[in-house]
This record gives sequence, C-alpha cells and structure tokens, in this order.
Amino acid sequence: MVKDVLIEKREIMYRDALNEALKEEMARDDKVFIMGEGIAQRGGSYKVTVGLLEQFGKKRVFDTPISENGFTGAGIGAALTGMRPVVEILFIDFTMLILDQLINQAAKFRFMSGDTASVPLVLRTQGGVGNGLAAQHSQSLEALFYHIPGLKVVMPSTPYDAKGLLKAAIRCDDPVIFIEHKLLYMNKGEVPGGEYIIPLGQADIKRTGTDLTIIAWSGMVPKVMQAAEILAKEGISAEVVDPRSLVPLDKMTIINSVKKTEHVLIVQEAARRGGVGSDISSIIQEEAFDYIDSPVKILGGLNTPCPFNLNLEKVVIPQVEDIIRAAKEVIYAV
Amino acid sequence: MYKIRNFEEQAIKLYRDGLIRGYFHPYLGEEAIATGVCAAMDSHDYITSTHRGHGHCLAWGADLKRMFSEVLGRENGYCKGLGGSMHIADYTKNNLGANGIVGSGVPIAVGAALGISIRNEKHMVSTFISDGGSGIGSFLEGLNLASAWKLPVLFVIENNQYAVSTPIEESTGETELYKRGIGFGVESIRIDGNDVIEVYKTAKSFADRCKNGQGPFLMECITFRKSGHHVNDPGLYLPKEKLEHFKLHDPLIIGKKHLTSSAGLSEAEISEIEKQAMAEIMEAIDFAVKSPEMSEEKFLKFVEEY
Repeated sequence: MVKDVLIEKREIMYRDALNEALKEEMARDDKVFIMGEGIAQRGGSYKVTVGLLEQFGKKRVFDTPISENGFTGAGIGAALTGMRPVVEILFIDFTMLILDQLINQAAKFRFMSGDTASVPLVLRTQGGVGNGLAAQHSQSLEALFYHIPGLKVVMPSTPYDAKGLLKAAIRCDDPVIFIEHKLLYMNKGEVPGGEYIIPLGQADIKRTGTDLTIIAWSGMVPKVMQAAEILAKEGISAEVVDPRSLVPLDKMTIINSVKKTEHVLIVQEAARRGGVGSDISSIIQEEAFDYIDSPVKILGGLNTPCPFNLNLEKVVIPQVEDIIRAAKEVIYAV
Repeated sequence: MYKIRNFEEQAIKLYRDGLIRGYFHPYLGEEAIATGVCAAMDSHDYITSTHRGHGHCLAWGADLKRMFSEVLGRENGYCKGLGGSMHIADYTKNNLGANGIVGSGVPIAVGAALGISIRNEKHMVSTFISDGGSGIGSFLEGLNLASAWKLPVLFVIENNQYAVSTPIEESTGETELYKRGIGFGVESIRIDGNDVIEVYKTAKSFADRCKNGQGPFLMECITFRKSGHHVNDPGLYLPKEKLEHFKLHDPLIIGKKHLTSSAGLSEAEISEIEKQAMAEIMEAIDFAVKSPEMSEEKFLKFVEEY
C-alpha cells in the first residue's frame, strides 16, 4: 500500500481514475494501445476512454467491429509481438464470445512455449447487476476466469484501487482480466494526484474490526461498508477485507484477519453456486480451521439469471440488510 | 520440402516405436505450401501455423534437433517438452506457433500485423489455415478485421479437401474457398498448392504488396493430404482416384522437375542434397532421443506462480 504518498487530496470518480491510469500508462509507454467497441470518438459507454483519441491519435485508440473473438485474438497477437494492448469488452457477458482466445490461447502461451512467450494483455470489462439491464447484461462471471490457470483476475471497488490496479495490470507481463462494476463508475473517492501502483495480489483492509471478517470485492464492497457502519452502531465491529485481485489472491491478509476475528462472512454478487467465495471459504478452512469460531458463511447471489424487473433485480443479489443479517448469524452462530 | 517429408516419415516411425505419444498430424503431401510461402518472406515477418504445423516450422527455418526434441517431449525442444507437436513455436524467431484449436491462429496473426501497423514497420504476417478452418468464426472475423484495418496479412488456405474425414463438399455450399476473401473485400486467388514455384511466386507478390501497405491478401492452395488426419487415422475415407492422382501430382515430384528443368541440377546433385538432408535428420533424431526430459522438480518450480 502506498496510501502515504498522497501529494494532493482530491476526490474523483472511478471512471476518471481508470481514465487517468490509461492516460498515464499510454504516455509512459508507446507500446500501450487500446481498442474496443465505441471507445475512440465516443469515449466508451461508461466514459472511461474519453479524451484518449485526441491525446494519442487513432493508431493507438480505435474502435473495433462487433467481433469480440477476433479483436481479442488480435490483442493477443499484438501482445505476443511486443505491444501492450488494453482491449475493452463492453459487457462481461460478451466475454463468452472470446473464451477460446482468452482461455485456450492467452492463458496458455507462456506455459506451452516453455516460458519463452508472454502475453501482456489487459482485458477491461464490466459486470454486475444494476439499472435493469436484464439477464444477458448483468452477470458476475469472475469464477469462470478465476478457475483458469494462466489468467489474472482483478476487481477494483474504489477509484483509488481502480487506478493503481489498472496501472499494475498494464505493466503485468501476463494476461489480466480487469473487471469493473457498472454501478461503481460514478462513485467518488480519494485518489492522489501523483503516480502510484497497487501491486496485484495485495488485499486491502477497507475497515478494521475485531468481531468478524467480511470478505467482499467489486460492487459488494460499498454495500458491505454500509452494513459495517450499521453493525458498528449495534456494537458489532466488522473488519472488511477486499482482495482487490482474486488471482493472485492475498491469502495472508485474509487468514490474518480471520485469525484475529474468528468469524467469517464472504459476500459475493455472483450466483452462490461454484463461486469464488466457495474457494476462499475452503482456503480458510484449510489454513485457519483452528481459529474460526463458527462456520464460514457465504452470502451470494441467487442461483438464477438476473430479472429485468427492478424490484426483482434487488432480490437476486445481496443487499445491505441481507449482509447485516448474515453477519449476525455468523457472530451468534444461529 | 524433402526435409519436411522425411521429418514426418521418420517421426511417424518414432511414433510407431512408441517414442512419440499424443497427437501427431503429418504435413505429408502439403510440403510445397509452407516451403513456397516461407521462402517468400523474410525473418522480420511473422507466421502463425496450425495443428498440422511441423512443415510451417521447418520451412520457417526451425532447427531439426529442437523439433524432434519437442515432439519427443524433451527439454531441448522448442517448448521444453511442454507444448508438443501441436504447440511448437519459436517466439524469438517470429514463429507464433502451431495451434491446437482450428482457426485460432488467425486473429493472433491479425494482431501481429496490427502491431506492425501501429509501429509503422514494413513487415507482414502469413497465417496458415485449412479448408476445415475456413468456416470457423475466428477465420472469418480475422479476415474482416484485417480487411477493415488494411493490415499486412497473407491468409493461406491449405485446401487439402478434408476436415478430418469430412470432404469439403459436405462442409460448405461454396467450395471455392478463395471467394471467402473476396466477400470481405480482400484480393484473393486460387492456385495449385503442390507446385512450390507457383506458391512462391504468388506468395512473393502478395508479401511484397503487404509490405507496401496494400494488404491483406488471400491465397487458396489446392493440395491433398497423403495420409489420415493424424498418425493413427488410416484415412480409409480418402478416395482411391484422388490418392492415385496426387501420388503423381506430388509436391516433391513437381519440385524435382523444377530443380532439373529450371535450376539445371543433375540427378546426382539432387540426390546429394537429399543425402545431406537425411543425414541431418538422423543426427537430429539421435540427439533428441538422447535428450533429457524436464524433471518434476523443475516443472513444479515453473508452475509455482500459476
């Protein structure tokens, strides 16, 4: 963590933090270029790439046809031959079209080549539930990528993390899937004016506490923080651990927190079944079983596609009140 | 071509002896395509290959010792024995690799060309694909991207007429595959893929034009697989009359004719070249068979970070 290098205090939006990271890295290294659907002139659907075309020109900032598998493969080919592409896939749901290139190709080259090749590719995409986008634009699919050896998976929850992690991802020599959350783009947070990098594989303790550890990432973090505030008023002190990158996973910070609080709640927006939460839970049981005082609880999304109806949309993913209830269940082991 | 033919034939023997395991897709009968195309390019250019990739690697200049070592799973191989027959690559020499997934090398080739274009270099990329791969999305998307972005890519369809055991007539309503390129606005041509000089001349013209910013291009090379899909496939579905035809219309026979008629080489000179190539192959096999495999300790250290 480099939070102590604050040069100027200022608050900016998550999308602007990402924009700054791209601008800084593109200015630093002319091998970095970006492509995706509507990212050039239009500046991206979530305004993350605004101003890049003007600053870096159309050779390094350009729109792609709707051809996800093709242009992701092109990103991989460019990465294999010395470039550092940042490829945007508009919705994580559309990554289902690029699985061959990402999983069979990008994730394998370093290995299959006996460590003679590298694919420094960043695949920026966006997921999660929000705004009634329905079943094909609301998924949380990190578990699919988490499962694949050779991929790194990053899911920032704050503007500060978004900037520092994106810069680290661009400098990483292996393929990184960088998953943003559609409801976080307008969130504001403190981001220092100077250069900083957050290494992949470093969890952040978003709030310290003593009674239980709540592990959450991406869009669930703001909700967990709200829940923790309310719990504090009721005398329950929750420690909130945000892994920030799921691969590599900072097991140490998680285990140390668990040893301290002896109670664990994992909150994931993704469907409960087969999620990353299950794997984190198994790691805790293997490495800190003697320290935990009650069963590890996972609060996840329902095992269902996301409904369009806004009231029902809320039902399928954890809400603040669900988190509070689950935290109490863990503490009192009811 | 002779080297490729004999690499495959000797490797098949090693396979039959149980020394090579896994999948092994011979390039027998298609040698003129890789040879002609790679000869038309230079070392700053790039290639992407297919699951039937030994010929492309050798034509690109791969070392026989490291080739045999890789197909034998030895540490001296191009991929330290971790890749094997379907994944041979040499990134230090711009060979972006064979590929176990049909068609998937195409977008990667387009990406290498994209890098060339961003860096304003005058190089090009050849991507090999087959008739079987000509219907897959990766190929068609790659073709469209290269066309939309005017990239220096040469698409080389090796039309050996069979996708595993399915004849091309059963795979598509348009068997003249070069027309796929035309449909995407790419200048395309169909040629005899068993005539190495015809392949070379076509590829040379397209490669040079790619470097002048006129790409992409597509060449469909008609050829025939002289054997089954892989080493354990007897290829019983291959029609006798085609086998007979291509037995005579063989890249090596045609190549030899060029050597005597155009290059003026005598039979004796040709057999001297062949003898030398064969000696190199036998020496490489000896080297590879004696080479060590990666140790378990080394492997586990290598994958620690995964």
